[in-house]
Amino acid sequence: MSTVAWITARGLFGRRRFLMLFPLPLLLVGLATTSRALGVDPGQWGQPVLVGLGLAVVLPVIALIVGTGVLGSEIDDGTVVHILTKPLPRWQIILPKLAVAVGVTALTAGLPLYVAGVLAHSVRFGLALAAAATVGALAYSAIFLALSLVTRRPVLLGLVYVLIWEGLLGNFVSGTRVLSIQQYVVALADRLAPTGLLETPVSVPVAAVMSVVAALGFTWLAINRLRSFSMAGETS
Amino acid sequence: MTELQLAGVSRWYGNVVAVNDVTMTLGPGVTGLLGPNGAGKTTLLHMMAGFLAPSRGAVTLDGEPTWRNPAVYRRLGLVSEREAVHSFLTAHEFVLASAKLHKLPDPEAATRRAIDLVELADAQHRRIGTYSKGMRQRARVAAALVHDPQLLLLDEPFNGMDPRQRLHMMDLLHSLGDAGRTILFSSHILEEVEQVSGTVQVIVAGRLAASGDFRTIRRLMTNRPHVFVVRSTDDRALAVRLIGEASVNGVELDATGLTVRAGDYGAFTRALPRIALDSGIRVRHLLPEDESLESVFSYLVEA
Repeated sequence: MSTVAWITARGLFGRRRFLMLFPLPLLLVGLATTSRALGVDPGQWGQPVLVGLGLAVVLPVIALIVGTGVLGSEIDDGTVVHILTKPLPRWQIILPKLAVAVGVTALTAGLPLYVAGVLAHSVRFGLALAAAATVGALAYSAIFLALSLVTRRPVLLGLVYVLIWEGLLGNFVSGTRVLSIQQYVVALADRLAPTGLLETPVSVPVAAVMSVVAALGFTWLAINRLRSFSMAGETS
Repeated sequence: MTELQLAGVSRWYGNVVAVNDVTMTLGPGVTGLLGPNGAGKTTLLHMMAGFLAPSRGAVTLDGEPTWRNPAVYRRLGLVSEREAVHSFLTAHEFVLASAKLHKLPDPEAATRRAIDLVELADAQHRRIGTYSKGMRQRARVAAALVHDPQLLLLDEPFNGMDPRQRLHMMDLLHSLGDAGRTILFSSHILEEVEQVSGTVQVIVAGRLAASGDFRTIRRLMTNRPHVFVVRSTDDRALAVRLIGEASVNGVELDATGLTVRAGDYGAFTRALPRIALDSGIRVRHLLPEDESLESVFSYLVEA
């Protein structure tokens, strides 16, 4: 494990905000379990729980907490200087951090999605959801990691993207769905395990290509922004 | 030999100029960067350390730019002013991580050496979060020294240190300087700079106000005109006697008393009691005005 990844992971799990990761996945699994236990038809609860909560909230919010945490909190408290004053090409800082973010997000969001998918339909559906969520985790993490280098308020901006753009506008203005990680994840999951529970206007090739483009583009942006990282000339 | 060069370096934020056309060369030994708060010391240090692009001019370390060039950190160590540490790590883990990030051939040995250098061996396995301010500072210095850099930049390193820690840090900087390293530290306290470094760069309002040997600058500072406010039993008579003194440049008399501009601090303060005694005038009030560091600095700028 690289030293950057090690420090990043220690920092992530050493902060209190790490605890914020657990309620949402628990809620997702709890709702799915309850629905199943009560014998409700998955056609009724599958869409709102899996997509409405799982893919529209749990995955992006966890990606947001983790993605802005791996670098953003170090920028906030100034510890990032310790890593930056090393003769490392900046991609050797961004990529391990991205790997930690993707890994943690894929695990904390993918696992409950897998469980909920199994309860709703089948193991194959659960695996499809988890796999698609991992692709989503990659794209989301790259975006949120880059955001923490572009703005001083990455969490706020990330929430605006997730809640307003993907959540609100996606329901009314269908065109915005073409630029929505959430829709890519739905498209990919539906392709891996067609169940009739998921639907999206985005085609699979578009979803696959756009996910990769988002992941690569924002990773490149993050690396480039980190090369020009400036410290504010504040005097206390 | 490592040389840090600043050539016509300016930095502005919008229409506020933080650093204005600074040119200097730093060579081996300890140099103090002295200036009042808000003078632009931190901005200058950040540009030296490659954490800020100069708006104009160039900062180079042995000919290589420090901006957007991570390779310079092989030879450069930075201890920033912001007291930021990974408080969840122990000092040993923290310094070892730095050594590994530098890809040193023997990170353990380098860590041991750096921790011994700052005398933190006893506490090295405790979490940094439990440290005092001075200890945290030393942990950060150890991390900045782990790769034995040719150039070490420290922003206000003595802030928050108790006298003993301060002395120890001064010794450390001295010995590093004597060993041929180029050390630059910033401070707004004259005495600190005096005790540590022979060479100073004085920066005021973003401009390089004076640079060179400390003793020369110190003399400039003590020999500058001083202003005193004097009140006595007979201000007018005292004014008459004072203006006859060579050390006095001017006297102003008003309802509240005398304002005396002395050209020579020492001569004036010796002359005043003698004159008062001779002429039977009782001095009730003698207050040097304008003794703040800022006024000393602004005098240097005008000089």
